[in-house]
Amino acid sequence: MSYTKRPDGRKFDETRKIKIQLGVVPNADGSALFAFGDTIAIAAVYGPKPLHPQHLQDPSKGIVRCNYDMLSFSVSERKRPGPSRRSSEISKVTEWALSNVINLEEFPNTVVDVHIQVIQANASTRVAGINAASLALAQAGVPMKELVAAVSIGKIDDKICVDLIKEEEDYEDGEGATDIPMAFLPKSGEIVLIQLDGKTSPEKLREAIEAGEKACREIAKKQEEALKEAKG
Amino acid sequence: MIKQEENNIESERKIVVPGEIIISGNDFLPGEGTRREGRDIVASRYGLAEISGRLVKIIALSGIYMPRRGNVIIGKVNDITFNGWVMDINAPYLAFLPAAECPRFISKDDIASCYSIGDMLVAKVDNVKSKGVDLTIKPKGLGKLDDGLVIQVNSNKVPRVIGREGSMVNLIKQETNCDIVVGQNGIIWIKGNKIEDELFAKEVIMFVTEKSHLNGLTERVEEYIRKRK
Amino acid sequence: MVSNLTKSRIIEYLNAGKRFDSRGVFDFRDLKIETGISNHAEGSARVKLGKTEILAGIKIGTAEPYTDSEDAGVLTTTAELSPLSSSKFEYGPPGIESIELARIVDRGIRESGMIDFKKLCIKEGEKVYSIYLDIYPINHDGNLIDAAAIASVAALLTSKMPKVDDEGNVQFGEWTNKGIPLTKNIPTTLTFYKIGKHILLDPVIEEEESSDARVSIAISHDKKPMIHAMQKGGYESFTKDEMFKIIDEAAKKSKEIFNQINKQVKVENE
Repeated sequence: MSYTKRPDGRKFDETRKIKIQLGVVPNADGSALFAFGDTIAIAAVYGPKPLHPQHLQDPSKGIVRCNYDMLSFSVSERKRPGPSRRSSEISKVTEWALSNVINLEEFPNTVVDVHIQVIQANASTRVAGINAASLALAQAGVPMKELVAAVSIGKIDDKICVDLIKEEEDYEDGEGATDIPMAFLPKSGEIVLIQLDGKTSPEKLREAIEAGEKACREIAKKQEEALKEAKG
Repeated sequence: MIKQEENNIESERKIVVPGEIIISGNDFLPGEGTRREGRDIVASRYGLAEISGRLVKIIALSGIYMPRRGNVIIGKVNDITFNGWVMDINAPYLAFLPAAECPRFISKDDIASCYSIGDMLVAKVDNVKSKGVDLTIKPKGLGKLDDGLVIQVNSNKVPRVIGREGSMVNLIKQETNCDIVVGQNGIIWIKGNKIEDELFAKEVIMFVTEKSHLNGLTERVEEYIRKRK
Repeated sequence: MVSNLTKSRIIEYLNAGKRFDSRGVFDFRDLKIETGISNHAEGSARVKLGKTEILAGIKIGTAEPYTDSEDAGVLTTTAELSPLSSSKFEYGPPGIESIELARIVDRGIRESGMIDFKKLCIKEGEKVYSIYLDIYPINHDGNLIDAAAIASVAALLTSKMPKVDDEGNVQFGEWTNKGIPLTKNIPTTLTFYKIGKHILLDPVIEEEESSDARVSIAISHDKKPMIHAMQKGGYESFTKDEMFKIIDEAAKKSKEIFNQINKQVKVENE
């Protein structure tokens, strides 16, 4: 019995409704909210600013630091406040994804801090975080090659689905669920984040990557629209 | 820059996002915030792309203050070293004011007697280096700020607060009876004879920054002042 | 960047009876309360007090009761002051600021008797409901304590108890129609800040950073004002007169804030 219908009736290549708001943290140099349906993440960027202590400074360029976390009540079973191994790993892969486009050669010895908080979770949290962070970095005026767009692709049984919800992540029939979050650079088409857990053939994985690129281009369009509408 | 604003055609300025192609053509020169990729001039940051003649650059609409040579800024003394003052100017770099800049003669052991930690100074950016910014207070009108209210606004709104050739800030000074110094870094100093005047000046300045993106800003500000008076 | 000029100006203004942002000394900024802002929480609220924004969320589980109160539910309050909300904060283990904020908010709720802990007992000595109240600032523009207290009360007022199976385990994602068992003693926490010789409420960040001492008071208003908790913070002192004036003002002002909470929060449980 194949996976033929998504629980919320979406098409297989359709993301949930995307909501974007800029400037949600007035204290930050740039900030944004990004939501895929009811998965909501906010990001705040501070910098470039002087980096202390001095021994952390890089005299050739500024550095980027990322921290991803989820509010304790953003998930069904309370997440204890404070960093977890999962959030540390997500912080790092997020930093790798965003650093790829950020150019801080004109800002040696400085730091750009990216803070991501998940307010409400229904899967796809790290990719919502990356999308929020990309917008926040742009608003902060951080020099960037281009924006970063991210989405979770899943193989649910044998179907490639875009923008997974928790119910799909937990799917157990047939081949079960394989979760593949990815992030693309929309103009150059390069992949800056990819993770996978589950079980998939090389062909299906290629299909997932193609689906991811297409979805990320559409997400990037929405990011672009939001930045243009905001006028700063 | 001002003349360009007057001859400005809508299509010559548009909001762009990082990675967006602003214009194509080998004749164009990639200015601030842009880069060349083949025949294209591409945005390297979010902001307002402006094409004046052959030069393409990005005007920042948001984000932190980037110091430029010649900017007049207001900063706070953070630290005193053996040869000058380290200052916070709300920028990616701390700034440095050499001891020699003190308006009167002081010995090297006596630096703190000129300016102390916490003092606010109006200074000019003399030099922007990779390690930091050098300041000078020799030109007229610069030096320590006494008394007065210090507020902070988004540095990108400063051009609107100042206005064409100072028209906006002069209007505010007149109508509120206050002395006002606007730092390019978004720090603004206000001094009036009456507290009400200072608070009024602060409110008008906040109004300008909130409505900075609208047309006919001067009329709106004049009306706001009329209503509040 | 709060300068000495700003601090001395703030004090001069106060000397003339005016505040940095033109409010009266005991005026609160614009207060907006939204509840149900995070759908996995048993209850949640977002409070905006001027530009200060704070979220509070309630998660309810089950646990063994404390040995000295075997028939009572349990409340644990935590605050996480993330650098997302302000460059004043840093990552790391909870600092004293976050610990104190959580404890002040918690004390107000606990000592007022707002929560009927005895009704949170599932099986005496074995299983009780455990309420987690977690507080997160999103933007710090002063007065996190009072904003956190309002958000916490709003979240508790609008929480729904989760469904629990026969073994006393919470069924995630399923709720009953019942709210947390509450009494009529709803606390309002007001923190009075002292700047020079002046006392004020709800400071913006510049005022808060210019202050030398503060005192937080939690009051409930069932039939008459009742004080449930107090905490003085900061290095400077208060005179006895100042303290009496504060207590009087707290009794008056807390009713006003409490009415605002009632107006904005639809209390669905009795």
